[in-house]
Amino acid sequence: MPDNSIALIAHLMRRAGFGASRSELEEQAAREYSDVVEGLLDPEAQPDLEEDVLRRYHLDLTYPDGLPIWAGRWVWRMINSSRPLEEKMALFWHHVFATAWYKGEHTPSMISQIDTFRRDGMSDLRTIFMGLAKDPAMNYWLDNCENHADQPNENWGRELLELFSMGVGNYSEFDIKEASRAFTGWTFTQPIPLYPFGHHSSRFEFVAEDHDDTEKTFLSHTGPFNGEDIIDIVADQPATARFIARHLYSFFVADEPQVPAWSIEPPRDPETVDALVNAFEENDGQIVPVLRTLFNSDAFKNARQKRVKSPVELVVGVIKLVGTYKEPDPTEPLPALVGATAVMGQQIMNPPTVEGWHTGHEWIDGGTLNERVNFAVNQFSDSTKPGIQELLSRVEGTLTPSDLVDRCLELLGPLEVGDQTRSALQSYADDIGEINRDSEQAREDHTDDIVRLLQCIVASREYQFA
Amino acid sequence: MTGNGNGSQPVLVVVQLSGGNDFMNTVIPYTNSTYYDSRPTVAIPHEKVLPFTDTLAFHPNMGPFKELYDQGMVAIVQGIGYPDSNRSHFRGMDIWHTCEPHVVATVGWVAKALNTLDPEGSNPLTGINFGVGLPRAMAMPGVPVTSVSNLDNYGLMTGIGAAEQRDRALDIFKRMYAPAIGSGPVMEYLSQTGNDVLAGADMIAVAPQQYESTIEYAATPIAQALRDVARVHTAGLGTRIFYTAHGGYDVHANENPAQPTLLGDLSAAISDFFADLREHDADDNVAMLVFTEFGRRVRDNGSGTDHGSGGGAFILGKNVNGGLYAEYPSLAQDQLANGEDLPHTIDFRGIYGTMLEQWLHIDPQPIVGGVYEQIGPFK
Repeated sequence: MPDNSIALIAHLMRRAGFGASRSELEEQAAREYSDVVEGLLDPEAQPDLEEDVLRRYHLDLTYPDGLPIWAGRWVWRMINSSRPLEEKMALFWHHVFATAWYKGEHTPSMISQIDTFRRDGMSDLRTIFMGLAKDPAMNYWLDNCENHADQPNENWGRELLELFSMGVGNYSEFDIKEASRAFTGWTFTQPIPLYPFGHHSSRFEFVAEDHDDTEKTFLSHTGPFNGEDIIDIVADQPATARFIARHLYSFFVADEPQVPAWSIEPPRDPETVDALVNAFEENDGQIVPVLRTLFNSDAFKNARQKRVKSPVELVVGVIKLVGTYKEPDPTEPLPALVGATAVMGQQIMNPPTVEGWHTGHEWIDGGTLNERVNFAVNQFSDSTKPGIQELLSRVEGTLTPSDLVDRCLELLGPLEVGDQTRSALQSYADDIGEINRDSEQAREDHTDDIVRLLQCIVASREYQFA
Repeated sequence: MTGNGNGSQPVLVVVQLSGGNDFMNTVIPYTNSTYYDSRPTVAIPHEKVLPFTDTLAFHPNMGPFKELYDQGMVAIVQGIGYPDSNRSHFRGMDIWHTCEPHVVATVGWVAKALNTLDPEGSNPLTGINFGVGLPRAMAMPGVPVTSVSNLDNYGLMTGIGAAEQRDRALDIFKRMYAPAIGSGPVMEYLSQTGNDVLAGADMIAVAPQQYESTIEYAATPIAQALRDVARVHTAGLGTRIFYTAHGGYDVHANENPAQPTLLGDLSAAISDFFADLREHDADDNVAMLVFTEFGRRVRDNGSGTDHGSGGGAFILGKNVNGGLYAEYPSLAQDQLANGEDLPHTIDFRGIYGTMLEQWLHIDPQPIVGGVYEQIGPFK
């Protein structure tokens, strides 16, 4: 069995962040688990990333134009932020409130939406939904700019209830109509389509003369509601707490079925979801107490390798392990990482539909498995990378083939593997034989062997799980 | 090597022109004054076009394509499109990929066809995409599809350079992914998928080894992709649908020379592809469908053309009855879609239906989601 405290901290860092280098893990494992959780829950205590240098090296970041470089800037933040949970929560909300670049091809509004998720992502449900309702990218994506007093458009009103907050079965078609009327006149200032307007940022605008200020009845509340009132009511619904709790469970603990199945399939672990719902209700919809409950729960601690890694988690996790992309460097192009996640089925800031990505085993098909395996294997091919050096320096002393397999599995996770993987790796190590790592010469002699063993491990089925 | 080992089983090659090819500058209404009046910047001068009827001409760079047309191998589908075009590339391409114009779907029409052709998913090479990333047209849970970005270096663990070391790593991979009873459905699914990838890569590896040809394809991406199709098709690995994309057709600005270069590359590549198949006596059972997600506006914008609606598609092959199908959309102002786009005169789902029913001999209805007007382009 792998060293338990390191294994648990590594699990926490994979889920609440994007993984960690070996030395970071060792540092964290010297502290109490619950203290590490508290540290993650208080991102403001850590310095934010300085982006000035990044911009100096990637001049295309001086202008909010191309998607790949701006998505790449987000990946760079995931790799390097000392506030990993802040970035992870931004990704969480991006999964739930899936908005895609492709409709308006308007990069500034997508950047600003993700920045909002990063800023508000750990606040409270009301703040988060209000930010979403006033977000220009979302407004255009779901046509609320076409939602007029004399001609309501229900796209936003419907998805707010169905996909973003309460879930099917907790409201009526009439509620959708009434909510939609309340959001009439909620639009944005800059016409978003790229042609012929160009890339300018847009901002929320309320057009009073296009707003239907008559009485509405929404979820048994009645009044001349505006959008703010709808958000207040939605954020307060037990169904909303339950819906977001289930999303949190699926994102952080273990894969749930896809969202459309939720109205017919109960949660796999109703007890844990209930605990999260209670935390929401006792804390007025605040996110941090819910995350505290989640990360300290036994269900979470026992959920190692119970979720298929999303492409972003796989790519960023591998990069953090091999220790590249730490400083802005023109030879390490950021769009390359975005491209890598895209061919694995996840182009961030550009999800396929408003339902977001299908997760779990649906990340995997022949093409994407090939990409996942080859990406990880390729990243581990150059033993001079700092992270790989760090791993190699921890393979010490005299090791039998079995010791060597244990050590490498420990260093790459720690990863628990099934019998087949174990015996396949063992047969590889048997060919190497017993090694002694005490002299410099011996270290050099076996570097390639060990690196190839690491490559086999990151190609395994088990490594596909977070 | 002659023949292709697939017997008489029909093979479909789909070529996607990404970005929205400008149909009016591909098949040019060269006697229509509206064409010239609407396009002061990008219209192709009357004296340069390659006429093939009294009213229509190919773009001057499409010489090899016109030769195929003159041999009777090219069916031109004029005015292809779908109702209420929304002009978005991505949404437009999704609609073409899923046959669902009104709801967002994630299962592709090619994948559904593959599922009909090989319901057990017994051959991972029944459908092959050449390119980076799988198009949604080929996506469907449980349908194994092979996606090849580099045929000469396709497969797992290709980052391990030394052949001996890579073989050893592949052996470990195979053992790590061996089916394990009781490991749970997701682990079992991963095992199955890993083995499909291994099997597909093993099978496809023979294609570059066996292939010989006198045809010298250009170094362009589309020519190399079609050469890969030819290499795998002539190896007789049982592939029924090939897919590849040719990008760059989104010509808002500097349409000339961007589009002419692409059309030149495309027509040379297609011509070389069919010559290659002929040389291998492997052209009897191949039909190609060339499509794009939409046509462009009738009027130019002073530099290029913006996103429009109706466009054009092509069906090519030895068994094709060449000629014009459906109607060239009217350029009359009162006929235009959205007041400025070429309208469509035939629904793309009818053209998919034509290929599925008349070429692959499978029922198109569950794949394209209904009954749509077909054309009769095959002998």
